[in-house]
This record gives sequence, structure tokens and C-alpha cells, in this order.
Amino acid sequence: MTTTIPVPAGTRAAESTAAVRVRGLRKRYGTHQALDGLDLDIERGEVFAILGPNGAGKTTTVEILEGFRSRDGGQVRVLGEDPALAGRAWRARLGVVLQDSRDLSEVTVGEIVRATAAYYPAPRDPHEVIDAVGLAAKARTRVRALSGGQRRRLDVALGIVGRPELLFLDEPTTGFDPEARHQFWDLVRSLRDGGTTIVLTTHYLDEAAALADRAAVVRDGKVVALGTPETLGGEAARTPVVRWTDSRGTHAERTTEPTAMVARLMATAAGPDGEVPGLSVTRPSLEDVYLGLINPEEKR
Amino acid sequence: MTTLAVTPRLPAVLSVARVRAGIEVRQFLRERDAVVFVLIYPVMMLVIFATVFGKSPIALPGGAGTVGFAQYFLPGMIATGAVLSSFQSLAVTIAVERDDGTLKRLRATPAPAAAYFLGKVAQVVTVTVTQIVLLLAVAHFVYDVALPTSADRWATFAWVLLLGTAAGAVCGVGFSSVPRSGRSAAAVVTPVVLVLQFISGVFFQVDQLPSWLRQVGEVFPLAWLAHGMRSVFLPDDARALEPSGSWQHGLTAVVLGAWLVAGLVLGLRTFRWRRRDDG
Repeated sequence: MTTTIPVPAGTRAAESTAAVRVRGLRKRYGTHQALDGLDLDIERGEVFAILGPNGAGKTTTVEILEGFRSRDGGQVRVLGEDPALAGRAWRARLGVVLQDSRDLSEVTVGEIVRATAAYYPAPRDPHEVIDAVGLAAKARTRVRALSGGQRRRLDVALGIVGRPELLFLDEPTTGFDPEARHQFWDLVRSLRDGGTTIVLTTHYLDEAAALADRAAVVRDGKVVALGTPETLGGEAARTPVVRWTDSRGTHAERTTEPTAMVARLMATAAGPDGEVPGLSVTRPSLEDVYLGLINPEEKR
Repeated sequence: MTTLAVTPRLPAVLSVARVRAGIEVRQFLRERDAVVFVLIYPVMMLVIFATVFGKSPIALPGGAGTVGFAQYFLPGMIATGAVLSSFQSLAVTIAVERDDGTLKRLRATPAPAAAYFLGKVAQVVTVTVTQIVLLLAVAHFVYDVALPTSADRWATFAWVLLLGTAAGAVCGVGFSSVPRSGRSAAAVVTPVVLVLQFISGVFFQVDQLPSWLRQVGEVFPLAWLAHGMRSVFLPDDARALEPSGSWQHGLTAVVLGAWLVAGLVLGLRTFRWRRRDDG
């Protein structure tokens, strides 16, 4: 089942203010239809997460938006321009943090952040950027000597030093320890608070839940769900599940009225001590909802 | 964000190129492999060969005297150095940079492509000039090689070096698309240059090579670069040691110029910012 996003009323206004607007995006690799009519609207100032399994079309989508890949069909506007035709002035308004980076080994953190700032018309102060990503103590360290997490923070520093209006973060926290991840989230929030629009692709659903104002789930080259992390997948996907155990085994039942159900179980399934064995009431997490969306045939 | 009432102008290509040049030169000098196998290698070869064969000067035909071994060997090492600093260095580093994402990262910024290439040019010029100064200093002060005194010869030196290095550089950009990965780049590029060194007469006297092998070598720029450099550093009588018996400056310019144009066209047509497997 596929859900198409309704085109919002007043498209003219949406066109002039949207950071990203995609209609019917198509891309084929050989016989594989990687993108099959994908639609997307990302508003200015929001953190927008693109979720989906490997091979769903996330990276293809993002790299088309960034101007790295060509498309076979559809309309794309990023900051009002077509990425396939846009030039240096457009790139100056963009920040891109790519997925894997193994480059820049012999220069120092300070050297490469300063050099990168010089590519842009109105860069941030390199010192402040290095401070903001928590690498002040490493400014004179060569990139090859950084840890994985420090390298990733350097990638972010290089992505934001040009003062982008729109920042793409592709799997930014892969390999981070929990503390580093939380520090990174704070950094992303402070960028959003400063007015930067952020497009985040991630495998971590807790990351999307913590950061994203809205999220889209991509499967088979289409957007299959769109909404805030709290509403993604709709009401039905979030129906609480009541679980309990009795002589016939463990039961799990979805209900919109878990309290009434628990009261009924107390009357019928409670043991001599008044407790219902194995009783739990769980509301599906974003991760449960997401897994239900990308594997619709698996009942969860 | 709303304070950006006027759109600030993009930095000029040359100012970005200057920044790139700083990064390129620093990266090169901090990479020990590059310093040893590109910058120092010809100097090392000069020292080894001049020390081993230094006592056997080369007789010029017709009783025109002799040329010291170091003096005969120096032009070949200058030519080798120019090819290493331009062709080998660029072919390897650009292949590595394409593989490790340097190029893709740069492509995501407003840095113009011209600034990237100008940065490379600055790096090649810096390394080539340093290398030649080292070679000339070692040849002159350690092995008593007399350096040319006429402006004519230095002019020849300048245009042969410029044309040869430029041809090597554009061919290096083109050849950088041949290695399949950054890891294999050095392994793919180094033997090409090594074979060229043997068949272009930089290690031996040119007339010691079988003529068919010499003719294969003469298809490529290194042979002409070495030929041109011999015309600068050897006495005029030494042209009798050349297979053609003359210095062939016109033909040298034509061959090097042809490689420059061919390399430029090929380099522009094949250059990719991303790996082959990356979309």
C-alpha cells in the first residue's frame, strides 16, 4: 500500500518558502527502479528526517537533492533551484555532510576548516565552528589522528562553516557512543534554532524521534508515510498492545482501550494473589511503527 | 538568516585557488611516501649512479673530449623528476582523492573546479622547482657538474621543462581514472613511469638501447624531455651521441605540445568527481 502526500493548498506560497520540493522523482539503475515517483516537501527551518531500509532510495534521493546525481524524471527544487542546473551561488547556500569520509588525512582540523570557510561568500568564524563541534582541543591535530566520532564532528564543522541555509546530514552519528550522540543532537538543535533547515537521513529511529520535526519513511522508491515522529504511521499503528500470560500461553492484543482491557483481565485472568501474570501495556515506539511500515506484510 | 539582505559575492577563483594551493602543498610535504618517491627519488638516483659510475666519463665521438658521468646523467634525472612530480604525482593523488571522497566533498562546496586544478598546478610547480634546485645543487657542488652559462640554454631549459611538466600534468589527470581504487593507484601508476624511464634513455646512454625499444620510448614525452634537457646540460658536440645526431628542438616542442593537447582533451573528457561505483 502506498500513501501519496496531498499537495498542500496554496502551492504558490509553498513554492516560494519551501526549502525542498520534489514531485514524481524517478531514477532507474539498470533494471532497478530506485525511485518510483517520490514526492517530498521540506519547509524552511524544520529538521526533516528521511527514514527507510538500505536500498529504499534514501541516498539516491538525497544525492539528487545535493546535485550529485542526475534524475530520470520528476521535478526538483532545492532552495528554489534545480540541483541539476544550479551553480556555485546555490552551492554556497548548502551544507553537505556525506556518509563516509576517509579523506584529508594529513591536514589539521584548523587548516581544513579555515580553508573550507574561504570557499564561501559569508562563512562562519572557523574558530567558533571548531568550538561548536567540540574540537577546540584538536584544532592543531592532523585529521588522521582523530577518532571516528571526532572525524564525524569535523565533517559537520566543514558542512556548517559556510553558513548554509540548508544542511544535509547523511547518517551523521553512525559509530558514535551514546554520550557523543547526545552532544551531536544538541548541536543539531542549536543549528535548527539558528534557522538552518536540516535534512537528516538516519538508521536510528531514536535519533529521528529526538531531532525531527517531521519524518518521511521511504520504501521501494516512494514515500510511504509522512508526519511528525509522534503521528507517523497514523493512529492505528500506535494502538497499544496488552500482553499477559495464562495456562494456555502468552497473549498479545491490540486495543484502543487498554485500561478497560486490564480491568477485564483482573476479573478473569488474575491469580490468587490478584496479579495478572506477565501483564504489560506497551505503546509502539517509533521503531515499532517504522518496522511495521517497511514490512507491512509482517503483522506487528 | 533574514539579515542576509544583500547576497555577498562568491570568493574569486584565484583567492580560492590560493587556499587550495596551501592545502595541496602541505598535504604533499606531509606525505612521506610522496616526498621520498617523487621529490627525493631523482636526487637519490643521481647520487647512486654518479657514485658508482663516476669514474667512467663518456667519450664524445671524433675525439671531442669527454663528458663526466654525472653531467651526462643529470638531464635524465631532471626529466625523470619532472615526470614524477607532474604525471605520477597527479595520477596517484587524484585517483586516491576520487576514491577517498576528497573530490566529492569539494564538489559539494562552492569551490570552483578551476581552483582545484590551479591548486594542483601550484603544488606541481612547487615540487618541480624544489626538486630541480636540489638536483642542480647536488650535481654542481658534489659532482662538479658545470651548469650552462648562456641565456640561450636556460631559455631552452625553461620551455622544455614547462611544456614537459604541463604535458605530464594533464596526462596525470587523465590517467588518474585508470586505477580502479585509491589503494591500487600507486601500484598501477609507478610501473608505467618505471618502464618509461628504462625505454626513454634516462638510465643509459640513449645509443645503448636497441633501436626498436628506443622508438617505442620516443612515442612518449619522457624521451623528449630528456633529449631536450641533454641539449641544455651537455656540450654541443654531444649531439653526435643522439640517434638523430641533432637536438631536434622543433620536433621536441611538437611532440610535447601534442601530448599536452591530447592529455588536456582526454583529461577533461574522463574527469569524474566520484568513484565509478558511486552512481
